[in-house]
Amino acid sequence: MECVFGMVGKEFAVVVADSSAVHSILVHKSNEDKIMLLDSHKLMGASGEPGDRAQFTEYVQKNVALYHFRNGIPLTTAASANFTRGELATALRKNPYSVNIVLAGYDKGSGPSLYFIDYIATLHKVDKAAFGYGSYFSLAMMDRHYRKDMSVEEAIELVDKCIIEIRSRLVVAPPNFVIKIVDKDGAREYAWRESVKDAPSVA
Amino acid sequence: MVYVTSQRKDIVRNEGFRTVIIMKIDFSGLESTAPLCGASSEMFDGFSTSPSFQIPDTTDFDDFQKEAIQMVKPAKGTTTLAFIFKEGVMVAADSRASMGGYISSQSVKKIIEINPYMLGTMAGGAADCQFWHRNLGIKCRLHELANKRRISVTGASKLLANILYSYRGMGLSVGTMIAGWDEKGPGLYYVDSEGGRLKGTKFSVGSGSPYAYGVLDSGYRYDMTIEEAAELARRSIYHATFRDGASGGVASGMLCFIMWDQPDGRSYLVMTLGNFTICTIQLNQPLSSRRCPKLEFLCYSI
Repeated sequence: MECVFGMVGKEFAVVVADSSAVHSILVHKSNEDKIMLLDSHKLMGASGEPGDRAQFTEYVQKNVALYHFRNGIPLTTAASANFTRGELATALRKNPYSVNIVLAGYDKGSGPSLYFIDYIATLHKVDKAAFGYGSYFSLAMMDRHYRKDMSVEEAIELVDKCIIEIRSRLVVAPPNFVIKIVDKDGAREYAWRESVKDAPSVA
Repeated sequence: MVYVTSQRKDIVRNEGFRTVIIMKIDFSGLESTAPLCGASSEMFDGFSTSPSFQIPDTTDFDDFQKEAIQMVKPAKGTTTLAFIFKEGVMVAADSRASMGGYISSQSVKKIIEINPYMLGTMAGGAADCQFWHRNLGIKCRLHELANKRRISVTGASKLLANILYSYRGMGLSVGTMIAGWDEKGPGLYYVDSEGGRLKGTKFSVGSGSPYAYGVLDSGYRYDMTIEEAAELARRSIYHATFRDGASGGVASGMLCFIMWDQPDGRSYLVMTLGNFTICTIQLNQPLSSRRCPKLEFLCYSI
């Protein structure tokens, strides 16, 4: 039910995640942000058990910050992806985390990159990645329409196509999605795609 | 009578004899090659049965259906809810404690005061909730003493979520909402024993929560008065207790709000439970510019 996917474009990478927090048959809230900013130029979209997701991504975020404080330079995307994978692998045989992660980042030298990290600590550097039941639909859409070096508009068009497909074909489709983008100017929220509005928290 | 089974499922006419043809559905593809009997048969002790697809046995269909429903049903036998609105945060709960099918008490207090400005609700294991809320109260007090300022609702819920996460998988059953008032105004967090923590404006937890959500969602408006909010909370709990067997007893609610600029020139943070005021704290600085009317005593019970 939880859908996370992402792709690499020309000098940017985009990560999309659904935003429903579900417990058995109940939807507790539909505006939960599952894409965490690891640092100024990295995004980590995660799906999986709610406790593991929040705790593990925060753990990685704090360790990335700690490296920056200790050494004065930020980690590269590849290094943080390998660190994440290493933590998942170490815990795997003892107390495994059930989190699937799509990590996107922009480095000055090597440009944008996207990493697919499984809950059993698989790591792949990819151009497009997806997790969850939504992956059945979004992977095929991305395989069909993805081209290298797409512009932001073209990539968001493809993201919208995937979201429409998930909404129309998945039996328990999540109503709302959040889109975040990372490029040379940093990681930031790009848009929400909402079909169900939660009550606002302040008037 | 002769029963004819046909793999091809066509009807065979037989003129000479009176034969009754029954088309039997071909289940052979679903049967496993291993023996169907389990551990009870000594003959097959050395062999392990391969898993086979379980077909609902028509003589036992009720049990199969019950098991299917149980799988989907949230486990915690209670109904609690909380929501933030213009005047503050309203917390309400039923008061039934059930042990399986036995109702052990109709007058359980499921809203726990963690400290004078923060409330927690109890869903799941009663002992777990009470103990860990008490523990959280201790940690909040220690934070106050160490930092000379009150802990925020965000911080308190994070403390509890981290503790519960570290006991993940060990059988704790806690589904709680931390509601309170801090420097940023009203705060509401849902924390559970799987380690999940959600910030929100309205939550309902427990086996009766789907029923309560329906009434709560349709009646909720941010700009309700205190009376309207109390009525909405009471109705949601009432409807949930009507439909859910594990919820019942008395609907009680606690209201956490601020009385501004009283005649003596001070402002007070008040928490009320039905007819009783649990506590009143004098505030030294104004927390927000929102105002609320004079204190109303509200009583709601079924």
